Amino acid sequence: MTDTDSNAVQNEWPLWEVFVRSRAGLDHKHCGSLHASDAKMAIQMGRDVYTRRQEGCSIWVVRADQIVASDPADKDAYFDPMEDKVYRHPTFYKLPAEVDHM
Amino acid sequence: MTASITLTKTADVQYLLRLGDTGLILGQRLGEWCGHAPVLEEDIALANMALDQIGQARALLTRAGELEAAAGGTAHDEDQLAFLRDERDYFNPTLVELPNGPAQPGDFAFTVLRNLMVATLQKALWERLLSSSDSELAAIAGKALKESRYHQQHAADWVVRLGDGTDESHARCATALAQLWRYVPELFEADAVDDAAAASGLGPRWADLQPQWLAEMAEVLGEAGLALPASGAFRSTGKHGLHSEHMGFLLAEMQSLQRSFPGGVW
Repeated sequence: MTDTDSNAVQNEWPLWEVFVRSRAGLDHKHCGSLHASDAKMAIQMGRDVYTRRQEGCSIWVVRADQIVASDPADKDAYFDPMEDKVYRHPTFYKLPAEVDHM
Repeated sequence: MTASITLTKTADVQYLLRLGDTGLILGQRLGEWCGHAPVLEEDIALANMALDQIGQARALLTRAGELEAAAGGTAHDEDQLAFLRDERDYFNPTLVELPNGPAQPGDFAFTVLRNLMVATLQKALWERLLSSSDSELAAIAGKALKESRYHQQHAADWVVRLGDGTDESHARCATALAQLWRYVPELFEADAVDDAAAASGLGPRWADLQPQWLAEMAEVLGEAGLALPASGAFRSTGKHGLHSEHMGFLLAEMQSLQRSFPGGVW
């Protein structure tokens, strides 16, 4: 990377991850990301970019560099052992109809 | 080519067309940013607002056409009114027809400052028009008010960022403000069209909105560190159909498709 390239990256607005709740009672779902200079601008742009077609009634934004993610190298150790443990799925219960969205 | 329509110019029709043409022409100007805005997110935001303005214009022009018929004239639909009038039959204030700034595709500071001025005016208009004696117009106002509130918030946010930003962004804002402010007196000049609307309860005189408009503008400009310019003697006259030299070019582009392919639809 040349000096100009790294300057360009430094001058770019930070990346924000956008979460939209489609209606009250549901959870906020990740729907994409955008560049904005601060939180207020990120919310405003989230509205303009991700809720143009009535997708939502509430928006969360999080600075992408504030998210701590699991290491892809840990994938085997972390997630594969769950493969043969069906007894962890609570499929033996009958949920009442009033419990939506489980 | 399709010939121009003959408009039935009652005071009520002109009042409606002033509102509708303000949205139609600003929508056309904002649309010029599509694909050219400084960042992708803002490109979408400006296009959204252009479409809000055109959506408001559609409803208002439709209503204006109905009022033409009610006054004994020929009824016109929204497309005929948007695309088949002569320049002098458009009644938007000159402010909204000015190009987006000195350079192509435009100056962003100029664009957001004008958006702030127009949204602040439109918001004040819709608030009053909620109680219009014309229930159709009151319903349009109810829907448009929410949009204008967002437009004002969006534009105010940018004006404060740029006015209170770097030396260059501040200087650009100050230049744009000086250019735009020359077109403010026209917005609030009283005339017979407004008097008739006030008398019949159709809507407020734009002149009556000036104190609220100035107070809201002063608040944002103060926060942006921009001084309120003094008013000069110049008076633009777009609301009377006498437009700047920019209007003809804008209309030529806006009307060409409908004039070449009469009745063309999606």
